[in-house]
Amino acid sequence: MVEESGIRVVRCGGNKISFRAPIISKDSRYEFLLCASGDLVKVFSTSTEECVHVLEGHTGQVTGVILNPTNHLQVYSCSADGTIRLWDFIDGILIKFFLAVSKSVFVSPENFQLVALHLPKVPEQEVEAREMSAVLCNISSNPGSTAMGRGGEYVASVMGRQLTVYFFKKLKTYRFSLKATDKKGAKNAFTCVACHPKDDCIATGHEDGKIRLWRNFNQKKEYTYSTQHWHHDAVGTLCFTTEGMHLLSGGVESVLVQWHCEEVNKKDFLPRLGGAISHICVSPDGQMYSTSHLDNKINIIHCSLKLSAVIQGLVKGNIWTDLMIDPRTRALVMNGRPGHLQFYSLQQDKQLYSLDIVQQEYINQEGLDQFEVMRAAFSVGGTWLATVEERGRCTSDLESSLKLWVYNEKAQSFELNTTITAAHQDRIMHMCFSPSTETTMLVTTAWDNQFKVWLLGLDSDTQKEHASWSCDYVGSYHGLQPTNCCFSSDGSLLAVSFKEVVTIWSSDTWELLTTLCQPPGPIRELCFGRLSCSKYLLGTTAKNLFCWNLLTCSLEWSTPMDVCLLRSDPLSENVVAFSLHSGNTDLFVFRPSEPRPLFTQKAVCGGKVQRCVFSPREEPLDSCDERFQWLNRSRLYFLTELMELLTFSTKAEDERILNSRKQLLVDDSVAVTPFYLLLGKHRQQQEEKQNSGVSQAADRVQPPQASVAIKELLHTPAHVLPAASFLCSMFVNSLLISNTGSRNLQEEKPFSFPLCSGTNGQICWLGM
Amino acid sequence: MASFKPVKVQTIPKLGERVTEDTLYWKNYKAPVQIKEFAAVTKIEFSPLPPHNYVVTASTRIQVYGPHSLEPVRTFTRFHDAAYGGSFRGDGKLLVAGSEEGLIRLFDTGGRVALRQFTGHSKAVHVTSFLSDGYRVLSGSDDLSSRVWDVASGTELNSYTEHTDYIRAAAASKLNPDLYVTGSYDHTVKLFDVRVGGSVMTMQHGHPVESVLLYPSEALLVSTGGRYVKVWDLLKGGQQLVSLKNHHKTVTCACLSTTDNKLLTGSLDRHVKVYNSSYKVVHNFDYATSILSLAVAPDDKVIAVGMTNGVLSVRHRKHTEEKQEVLGKRRRNPAYRVFIKGKNYVPKQDDFLVSKTVKQHLQKHDRQLKCFQVSKALDTALEVSICIWRRFHKPEVTVAVMTELNRRGTLKNALAGRDEQSLTTLLNFLIKYVCAHSHIHAREMTHEYINSNIIFILCISLNVILGDSNKLMRLLQRLMELLGREAELQQELLQVLGILDTLFASLTPRKEVTGPAVPPIMQGSQLQAA
Repeated sequence: MVEESGIRVVRCGGNKISFRAPIISKDSRYEFLLCASGDLVKVFSTSTEECVHVLEGHTGQVTGVILNPTNHLQVYSCSADGTIRLWDFIDGILIKFFLAVSKSVFVSPENFQLVALHLPKVPEQEVEAREMSAVLCNISSNPGSTAMGRGGEYVASVMGRQLTVYFFKKLKTYRFSLKATDKKGAKNAFTCVACHPKDDCIATGHEDGKIRLWRNFNQKKEYTYSTQHWHHDAVGTLCFTTEGMHLLSGGVESVLVQWHCEEVNKKDFLPRLGGAISHICVSPDGQMYSTSHLDNKINIIHCSLKLSAVIQGLVKGNIWTDLMIDPRTRALVMNGRPGHLQFYSLQQDKQLYSLDIVQQEYINQEGLDQFEVMRAAFSVGGTWLATVEERGRCTSDLESSLKLWVYNEKAQSFELNTTITAAHQDRIMHMCFSPSTETTMLVTTAWDNQFKVWLLGLDSDTQKEHASWSCDYVGSYHGLQPTNCCFSSDGSLLAVSFKEVVTIWSSDTWELLTTLCQPPGPIRELCFGRLSCSKYLLGTTAKNLFCWNLLTCSLEWSTPMDVCLLRSDPLSENVVAFSLHSGNTDLFVFRPSEPRPLFTQKAVCGGKVQRCVFSPREEPLDSCDERFQWLNRSRLYFLTELMELLTFSTKAEDERILNSRKQLLVDDSVAVTPFYLLLGKHRQQQEEKQNSGVSQAADRVQPPQASVAIKELLHTPAHVLPAASFLCSMFVNSLLISNTGSRNLQEEKPFSFPLCSGTNGQICWLGM
Repeated sequence: MASFKPVKVQTIPKLGERVTEDTLYWKNYKAPVQIKEFAAVTKIEFSPLPPHNYVVTASTRIQVYGPHSLEPVRTFTRFHDAAYGGSFRGDGKLLVAGSEEGLIRLFDTGGRVALRQFTGHSKAVHVTSFLSDGYRVLSGSDDLSSRVWDVASGTELNSYTEHTDYIRAAAASKLNPDLYVTGSYDHTVKLFDVRVGGSVMTMQHGHPVESVLLYPSEALLVSTGGRYVKVWDLLKGGQQLVSLKNHHKTVTCACLSTTDNKLLTGSLDRHVKVYNSSYKVVHNFDYATSILSLAVAPDDKVIAVGMTNGVLSVRHRKHTEEKQEVLGKRRRNPAYRVFIKGKNYVPKQDDFLVSKTVKQHLQKHDRQLKCFQVSKALDTALEVSICIWRRFHKPEVTVAVMTELNRRGTLKNALAGRDEQSLTTLLNFLIKYVCAHSHIHAREMTHEYINSNIIFILCISLNVILGDSNKLMRLLQRLMELLGREAELQQELLQVLGILDTLFASLTPRKEVTGPAVPPIMQGSQLQAA
């Protein structure tokens, strides 16, 4: 049915990039960071923070990426779909494809095994790898609790309060366990493990924040360990640097701790990195570290503990605010990091920026009641942003403040204009800006049985143009609790729902014009029609969907329907309603003027739809099919219970995207180094010459002494030149009489070489 | 890596007057200098020429002061009875004054003896002034007549008895030597033209006129009397432009400032008020006693005010702007090169740019909070509030730190293990500020205090039980008492609010509206505090 309709529900971005530890690799010019993101592997440039490639092919969640030990430009990825793929990530192409195991192995998700998989050397692209042997049984599902040590001599794994070390050569397993509780009642359970790359040393992290360094673990009895303690909460991850000089650790505190292995008590810190650190990884040359955070963020840190780049995905924590579209940037706006609003570009799948609303130091500690952004609203032009932050939701003493932000053209960001502490005596439930252009007006409804109207007051007395907001009117209706409020499209009417009653107020005089009542059940959502349907007011209760005509003040139509979400398209008359029906959510698109829906789709997604928003398209589609015309002007995004951001995509659109997709290539301009200045230009010239006139005999018999570049090379001081071995071939080449045939051969070589290179005895993590 | 965000100190918006350019301008005066005269100072006038000496009429003396001297430059003591209305000629060389005896005397500012003496008034002459040609003198007297005298011959040129009561105010036109305005206790202001030989315009002020004043353009006329200040448009035939009622006692004097012609009025209610061009009060000077006379130097450098108790109060303008300019000039020449050094350097294409990180400056308590030293941070915050220097006295910082500690959930830790002395400091702080309405202007703060401190007090009481100190116990009791009283007060306020609510509700004609538009924050804080 879905294919027939030509419309499908697609996931749009926002995958977790910090799900598994990333890897850093480097070609001759650029450094790349690869990370698993949903069923893709994304390749980022560490200098520009841009996503340069997306390795597509897996059909399940990618559960791990690892560099090819024999070629640092290739990467293995394993996925929950049971395959291992080998990629060339510079060009973004799939080299090999190992069908690892039959599905039957993955039946019991509770019991994880570490298996060694032999990757056969066969020239075909699609290979079935059958040869495998279990190494360790019953390991933790977290890949951080298993580590390979000293070039693959042994593997260490932790589970519960037990550390298991398996030596591959001896085929022997040693188990070390800790007591249930320490003297002070500390929690001794292991959380993560890391092995020293050069030394026989295993570092383990514990739930109480201790780090133990194990030595002499190749025997049962005389093993030793030393304990370090800095973290106040569980150690999230551990990692040794490439040479084993330092140990890096991180946890909930969001502080990267660098322990010096020689001097035990010396440590360096890099605080306030973001959310809790979930993974740390080190580049092969040891120059760069990267930390992955739970708030979908990867920091790239120079080894001198200086932050060099930040890759931030869509933060999907608790979302209290509505989904909103910033009218200026067309970015999706919602809760981001704690106390922030994130502006997320849907087109680029990238966070544009994060606006600090609370402006307080966030304490990375669990169970702390901190300020959170609960509500937010944009004015029509996007000039004003209103936010509500709250603290003390669980306890009785609620602290809240209403903040109004104005967009500053110069600074290109929002600036705080007014802070109103305790705007209401209770929680603010809903707020909306007036769409009228003459006045800037905000209405808030709260649990203290009042709704308040806030107006921007301009002071003519003062010389400075400083306008601030103040309360203009306080309204209530029979001491009932207001729930929703909504302005009509011209801003002349305000509808406020008080339990079962909808009250209509004139926004000029604040006179109660009329009340509409349709028992039973309190009103859940309220929404005015737009454009030609602006005389209609829609309301939902737990059982019904109502449509009132405001010209006659009577009920136009109603339908029994459990609508959980109602939203109108700002650019057309269409209204979308999500309805929960037997565990699935159905979608209805209709116009208030006619009760017959324009479009319905059953079972859009499982569970309840949390939030939805219409985002205006940059260029309208011209779909001729009547049923999809509602998607022409704007696009519908919605957020499911599982925090997945979904949208509708039509067939035409899919095709267009497919056609327009171009593989982003790494900028081919070579970095300008002194060496490039010496030889690069010369080479370009040479190439040009070859291209233009290969047949010119005079060029070919050109004596080598004539080359300016070589002269320069010979006259440059030796200490500024690269190594002689590096220059040698180029030098010799330049002396040789060039031949077009040889160039072709050179280009082929790098492709043929890795295909026949041995991949002997790879071990891949198949923790799912 | 985000930088540490310092504790947000909540600043309370100052209620009341808003700071405007005018306020700043009029605030920029030094503290007044008081000069004691023998009796009430009835008239002050500045010389129109620099150095802007001013003549002060008080009792039987007429004294001329220099702009910066506290001692009179010259004193004229030729009067047997009270002198009135000492006034300069346009060139500042001659001086005329009337007296209780009905005589008008003319002095040379350089001499001592009266040059001329005009006799003819039968009663006291309260106002005298030169006409703008400088050869004639006008006078207004209690014998209901206003006369014009010739300086050269000392004879009376004209006499008009059109007023029906004492003439107490007069102003000569500066543009036309034949025009002058008089104000009288018969509630009228009359414009006289010597050429016509009588009044050409009459304006009803409605109260006994105490002073009249012409704007430099002479299109507008200001008259004061009773509690009213009225502005008349002479070009529209004496139409009333505006009537101001900002004083609550008789307005006795008025004058204009040089910059923008701001109107200043002084009154028996001890205030001098400054109006802007749309006749709104922009500034207010307070004085010790009722004001009788007021004058502003032509360049606004000096404001002189005479009062009923014989005190002449002189305010000088601060010279800060000039000083800054001078300093700036002196410093700028060498400093410019220093500041520009290296700043205007444009990096070349292959230069490696090393940027210098800007170090974030943190307050002491912030530094301690950054290192999670909660106890020390609280100590630092308390130190700020008990500091003897009032300048550094910032209870809001202390409160902000306490709230921050509470938010971090470490308030208990910060309070734990304190000795008697530090607890006493803390309790004293609480007692002082727990209901500090007067100290901190807005009531919102109170709410904050109590809110954060309830938990606080609980913690302390725990400590006190352990400590078992008499002194602490007493302090705690006092604090409890204070809180009880505050709660009662809030309750009463709520009751008043309720009464007001019903009043408003009965006043509003609309039926449906239930809640009056009470300022929301105010209401909120009171309710929560209670």
